[in-house]
Amino acid sequence: MNGKVYIIGAGATKIGEHWDKSLRDLAVEALFAAVKDASIDKRDVEALYVSNMMSGELQGQEHLGALIATWAGIPGVAACKVEGACACGGVAIHQAYLAVASGLYDCVAVVGVEKMTDVIPSDVTAALATAEDQDYVVFTGTSFVGLNALIYRFYLEKYRVKQEDIARFAVHCHKMAVSNPYAQFRRPVSLEDVMSSPVIADPIRLLECAPVGDGAAALILCNERFLKENPRDDLIEISGTAVATDIVSMHERRDPLAASALRRALDIAMEKAGIETKEIDVLEVHDAFTILGILPLELMGYAPPGEGWRLVAEGQVEPGGKIPTNTMGGLKARGHPVGGTGVYQVLDIVTQLRGKAGSNQVEDAEIGLAQNFGGVASTVAVNILKRVR
Amino acid sequence: MVWAESVPRVWRERVKKYRLLGGKCLKCGSVVYPYRPACPYCGHEELQPLELSRRGRVINFTIIRHPPTGFVGKEPYVVAIVELEDGARVLAQLTDVKPEDVKIGLEVEAVFRKYREQASNGVIEYGIKFRPV
Ligand SMILES: [Zn+2]
Repeated sequence: MNGKVYIIGAGATKIGEHWDKSLRDLAVEALFAAVKDASIDKRDVEALYVSNMMSGELQGQEHLGALIATWAGIPGVAACKVEGACACGGVAIHQAYLAVASGLYDCVAVVGVEKMTDVIPSDVTAALATAEDQDYVVFTGTSFVGLNALIYRFYLEKYRVKQEDIARFAVHCHKMAVSNPYAQFRRPVSLEDVMSSPVIADPIRLLECAPVGDGAAALILCNERFLKENPRDDLIEISGTAVATDIVSMHERRDPLAASALRRALDIAMEKAGIETKEIDVLEVHDAFTILGILPLELMGYAPPGEGWRLVAEGQVEPGGKIPTNTMGGLKARGHPVGGTGVYQVLDIVTQLRGKAGSNQVEDAEIGLAQNFGGVASTVAVNILKRVR
Repeated sequence: MVWAESVPRVWRERVKKYRLLGGKCLKCGSVVYPYRPACPYCGHEELQPLELSRRGRVINFTIIRHPPTGFVGKEPYVVAIVELEDGARVLAQLTDVKPEDVKIGLEVEAVFRKYREQASNGVIEYGIKFRPV
């Protein structure tokens, strides 16, 4: 399993409320965009990984592998759905990597998709909660926001940080999304806007939450053998990849703030990539809620525990700063169509490594790292990309 | 939401849910709720069934203001992490208390209450909630 794996194509739909598009429409649109970007024939794709969390609950539709393969006009291809709550996108990329690195396939596709606006909000809330234990946690009537609110309060109690300082992460993401054509919210918000928005589950406010939206993103992965027949010069390697899990119910963990699955996935992926934290040029964190944007910055050592907020307040997470983070808007403003999210994160890093991020470009970006959380960081996927020239 | 309308699913968990049946790991000593075949902390596969203490304290809580389907109209309500006297942690609703009066450290006791009603068949799901002592 020493074969190198490259990303040669990336494509996506804009994220938003696509009333006129179905789950399959979105997935096929993104897949075709990635195939076109890779300059390959779609029949070159030998396996298709569809990442999605809630099609069963929200569309009454499973079996997305064969469905999307059929609608993309590539029936016959090996295909399956990959599920891991909100981390399914990152997990699907990990699985696709394994398939290519094993030597079994030369060229595979990942398409991440979620169609969230087909149902009423309380049904989306109920479906998102299925990331947790239905019999013993969801049964209580907690929402997924409620579980993250518990993490948030653990943090505020432990470090005595003001909520405004954490909430500022949302302001950062909106600022970054303005120039991203795929973003759901291409407009800035103020800290006052965030702090005066309604409380969803104490202490989390509406504008601290990633929005509900529809979208799909896709990647084309290949090996060196495929590249010999389809040469190109803007290569990006997946230099490290890992998936780790934690006790599924956050309240059972010895230290709910330890994020042990993130720690483990980072250690494995970074060792594989042979890099240290200081070599990362661009970072994607899973800011489904503002607190989840701050915690990883501390865990990775960019700031001491309890002081991650300073990086945001000082602009150190912007291009040109110490660790440019969520430079295309993150989950908060680019959007969080759940099954698509982990793929959008990697697509955003591809954009940076190709030097195509426009006004948000991180100068000479060479290495990027994406973290994708499922549940309350119960599943974490880490994917590391490296520009090859 | 097909999963929300299952009678056997409610029936099968009744002992663990209604009696707070947990387990004590015979290797590392951890006490967990509910009872299960393997310890989540050390992986050991011998857990002694244990009816857990019905007293504990709130170690964290949130107030749900935008509930999932099945709980709409009940908001606002409090969901808390309760640490029982024997060390197990349980996620449950608090009851008989105003949300604004809940504080970390609140001493609570278990009571048997209704959680939700299955929309299509009227089956009522009961479980343990906690109220201030
Ligand atoms: Zn044990």
